[in-house]
Amino acid sequence: MTTPDDFSTPAMTSWHMRILLGVGGSDDSLQALERTVERANETGDDLTVAVLDEGSAERSVEDIEADVRDALDSGGIDAEIRHVEGDAGSRLVDIAESEGFDRIALSGGTTSPMGKIQLGSTAEFVLLNSHVSVTLVR
Amino acid sequence: MSRDKRFPDVTSGPFESPPRRFEDREGREIEIRAHDGSQEEYDALASMYDAFDPADRAQGIPPGDERRIREWLDNVFCETCLNVVAWDGETAAGHATLVPDDDAYELAIFVLQAYQEAGIGTHLMEALLGYGAESGIEKVWLTVERWNQPAVGLYKKIGFEISDSESFEMEMAIRLADGRDEGG
Repeated sequence: MTTPDDFSTPAMTSWHMRILLGVGGSDDSLQALERTVERANETGDDLTVAVLDEGSAERSVEDIEADVRDALDSGGIDAEIRHVEGDAGSRLVDIAESEGFDRIALSGGTTSPMGKIQLGSTAEFVLLNSHVSVTLVR
Repeated sequence: MSRDKRFPDVTSGPFESPPRRFEDREGREIEIRAHDGSQEEYDALASMYDAFDPADRAQGIPPGDERRIREWLDNVFCETCLNVVAWDGETAAGHATLVPDDDAYELAIFVLQAYQEAGIGTHLMEALLGYGAESGIEKVWLTVERWNQPAVGLYKKIGFEISDSESFEMEMAIRLADGRDEGG
């Protein structure tokens, strides 16, 4: 597991990483999106946003895509947005590996009422199965 | 958090509510009391968590730096939260807390390293659950890393049952009172 700081170590700025960011319907996903957009602005990384259908009751995939567009616009980032259907974790790993991404980025989880960090099943699957480096954004 | 949680059908307890006083396995006189809301107790707990070994963190709590510790303490000292503290004189040795979550409560317990394996955890858990039952709480859940067998053993001994083992961390639950009309 790596920390978000790995995004922008000086050595990395000489070449641009291709980052695949998975965004689902929860608030923590949108926070991760904002932070990743900030980072991409600093580093010039090539960002692709995958809108995940995790069956969120709060936000439809259309809502998520609208939020993603807003964040990209306000961050001044030109990124591809694509919809990922089916199992979010396995599709993310598959896309990253088959299309030559350098890194998968995901939200680092929600917190319980107590404040405990909880990882969702998408993050868990990606962490355990991805051969591409994974960043959990907190 | 809103996903349905499973709780045992059978009620556990009764547990004796605080205060309670006992000698721990190291011969220290320990007293467990409900948190009185005072600044002194708050500061003593903040000191305890400041001295906490990061190796004993669970899912990010307690946090590492003082500002975040105080933010987290403010969260677990909410109006409807319940807190008990194990005292060795003026020193906070352990803390257990119940934080509301819909119609149930989430529990967490921390014992300072120097006071671990002395029987304090069991007393803290029982005192907190006694306090909870007295306050009308019916259902309590917690999460624990699946490799933390000493903790899992303690929770089972007290009456917690595994309610979800499909995530990274294991979820366990206990019923303190039967909220239904018919006894179960």
